[in-house]
Amino acid sequence: MTKKKQIPWEKKNLLGIEELSEEEIQLILDHAVGFKEILGRPIPKVPTLRGKTIVNLFCEPSTRTRSSFELAAKRLSADTLNVATASSSFAKGESLKDTAKNIEAMKIDMIIMRHACAGAPLFLSKNVDASVINAGDGSHEHPTQALLDVFTVREKLGKVSGLKVSIIGDIAHSRVARSNIWALTKMGASVTVCGPKTLLPAEIEKMGIKATSSLREAVEGADVLNVLRIQFERQKKAFFPSLREYVREFGIKADVLEKYAKKDIVIMHPGPINRGVELSQEVADGPYSVILDQVTNGVAVRMAILFLLGHARGKGGLKSRKNGKK
Amino acid sequence: MSILIKNGHIIDPAQGIDKKGDILIEGDEISQIGGKIKKKADVEINAEGLIVAPGFIDLHSHLREPGGEEKETVESGLRAAVAGGFTTVCAMPNTDPPCDTRAQVEFLKNRAKETGLGTGLPVGAITKDRKGTHMTEMCELKEAGCLAVSDDGDSVEDSVIMRRALEYASMADLVVMSHCEDKELVDEGVMNEGYWSTVLGLGPIPGKAESIMVDRDIQLAELAGARLHIAHVSTAESVDIIRRAKARGVRVTAEVTPHHLTLSDEALTTYDTNLKVNPPLRSDNDIRELKKGLKDGTIDAIATDHAPHLENEKEREFNYAPFGMIGFETALPLVRKALIEEGHLSWPELISKLTVSPAKVLGYDRGSLAVGEIADIVLINPDKEWVYEKSKVQSKSSNSPFIGWTLKGAVEGVIIAGKQVQVEQK
Repeated sequence: MTKKKQIPWEKKNLLGIEELSEEEIQLILDHAVGFKEILGRPIPKVPTLRGKTIVNLFCEPSTRTRSSFELAAKRLSADTLNVATASSSFAKGESLKDTAKNIEAMKIDMIIMRHACAGAPLFLSKNVDASVINAGDGSHEHPTQALLDVFTVREKLGKVSGLKVSIIGDIAHSRVARSNIWALTKMGASVTVCGPKTLLPAEIEKMGIKATSSLREAVEGADVLNVLRIQFERQKKAFFPSLREYVREFGIKADVLEKYAKKDIVIMHPGPINRGVELSQEVADGPYSVILDQVTNGVAVRMAILFLLGHARGKGGLKSRKNGKK
Repeated sequence: MSILIKNGHIIDPAQGIDKKGDILIEGDEISQIGGKIKKKADVEINAEGLIVAPGFIDLHSHLREPGGEEKETVESGLRAAVAGGFTTVCAMPNTDPPCDTRAQVEFLKNRAKETGLGTGLPVGAITKDRKGTHMTEMCELKEAGCLAVSDDGDSVEDSVIMRRALEYASMADLVVMSHCEDKELVDEGVMNEGYWSTVLGLGPIPGKAESIMVDRDIQLAELAGARLHIAHVSTAESVDIIRRAKARGVRVTAEVTPHHLTLSDEALTTYDTNLKVNPPLRSDNDIRELKKGLKDGTIDAIATDHAPHLENEKEREFNYAPFGMIGFETALPLVRKALIEEGHLSWPELISKLTVSPAKVLGYDRGSLAVGEIADIVLINPDKEWVYEKSKVQSKSSNSPFIGWTLKGAVEGVIIAGKQVQVEQK
């Protein structure tokens, strides 16, 4: 993977899928195939990013995404540093800009950021020379999740173009939904989002998709269901009356699949699952579920992204380091 | 002391004047207007190529003093106002402490007077501490010099308190300026609800959060027989509600800001926190209807909602940044672009929205160049281009999304109560 050939990738940052072309998405996925192969080797490690330092700046709790990025960086021989800050301390204490400047003063190459506020990674990227990767910003985007999702779809079904993918759950607050919508529509899939009307955001159909509150409509004919995590506890003013009713109307259960789904439907979930809520036990562990493949693929996809961004930094146009000066 | 302004294009909508001529000012008053004036004056200003109009009157601004002096003071605020052609500005009462007593009103009036930079008209609070629970002593506020009351920044949520405040204010001959916002419906919203809030993942504020309150307050004003002024109208529906209310004789007036006429919510794709304002930047359709509302008289005035904030407050995550942008210095070129260039208003119509029309809203005896009036005058170069540079901002704060823009239409000079006022160029 380290051979020096021209790779058509110029971007310094990965802030969202919206800004990517279909070709760029394909490029990431193609590279991820190679990295997945490496992950299967007895010694799953390459020296690609040796000497580079990557910071995980997580201003919101995360286990899966952070671990996946950390592992991806380590498999590429980069040094990693984890900085976890509760977003609330940002609201009171050191500003994000100061935090960014301080981290950068430690001479680092890339910052992977998770933040509760939409637009925070873009803000960060304007204030640092390091490359910034968005690991989820508020309800805006979660590009690496979408990339590993389409990677998994392509791996399981051989293509993305022409497929019908339905995303089910809290669409309004989901960065996973938005990034998936961009990725899937750019790659030629047709997308339906489904959830209680209270959780379908305004004018979402203008993104070139269908929106419905009928689970049947979303499941019938779908090749893939991407089921989102539902958080009832955190809703200050509830968007639906009870988990019980949510499960009744929108839960993906065996009988729903039996009645409406294609035989070879693929079930995805970005995790962590609320078993018995958005996914029933038997569906989560059932033959259609590819949830653990998604996790495995996440590392490969993130390796591909780190590799490509590192590659872009190595090119002439980008200075990889400027003594902390802006 | 006398000043003769020669050869200017006089536009005084109050008197229906729109032609070339001279103006003579003696003492603090206008003593002659129109035609060639032969008299000798202490100072002669050649206004060839310039529009000569009454000084602008801003119904809505935040001067931040007392309590927020690091953002703006009465002095710096009025300096910025003069740079933008405003000779009178209404200062909203959401200061710390809020302007809800005679002492506060007098403090602000005196502060403004000391500056020699035009008139600061304090707007008193509707309720004590702007808490929405107890009416302020409005008769005394009126006596101290208030022409209007407002709890700007908040609606008076309790309908019975709002009703009584409207009734009481009308007794005191005060206009009630209402910031219309249903806070529950706004929830955690930070931008206009629509396609762009969905794409950007920013909390949505539905247009209805405004128009529901506009509707309520109009109905309460009708019940109270009071004068109501709707602050910073931003949606098509609000315009429609106000238009229908006016048609049935409700004493309601309304204002719109230059920024709501200039930018739509699509601009927020940059997540620039200087675009975070309340009410939020709306859709293209809303902008169209706001312009129609200005044209047909539904919207009476253009007001800036000048709202200074520090750079470090704005330089952060969008959700955490405060709402507001400064507006005095860019008002004229922005409305010139939005309204004159696009053919919605003529110069006299536009100047009316900045002078006599807001004066009428307040019941304020300025905004005209009639003989005997106080000589508050602005000289405008209508086609001069200039770049709005951060280093030249007169306000203490520079939270404007228009910094770096090339603007057309410039204020060339201001006369306040018969005195030429120069704002020192930065």
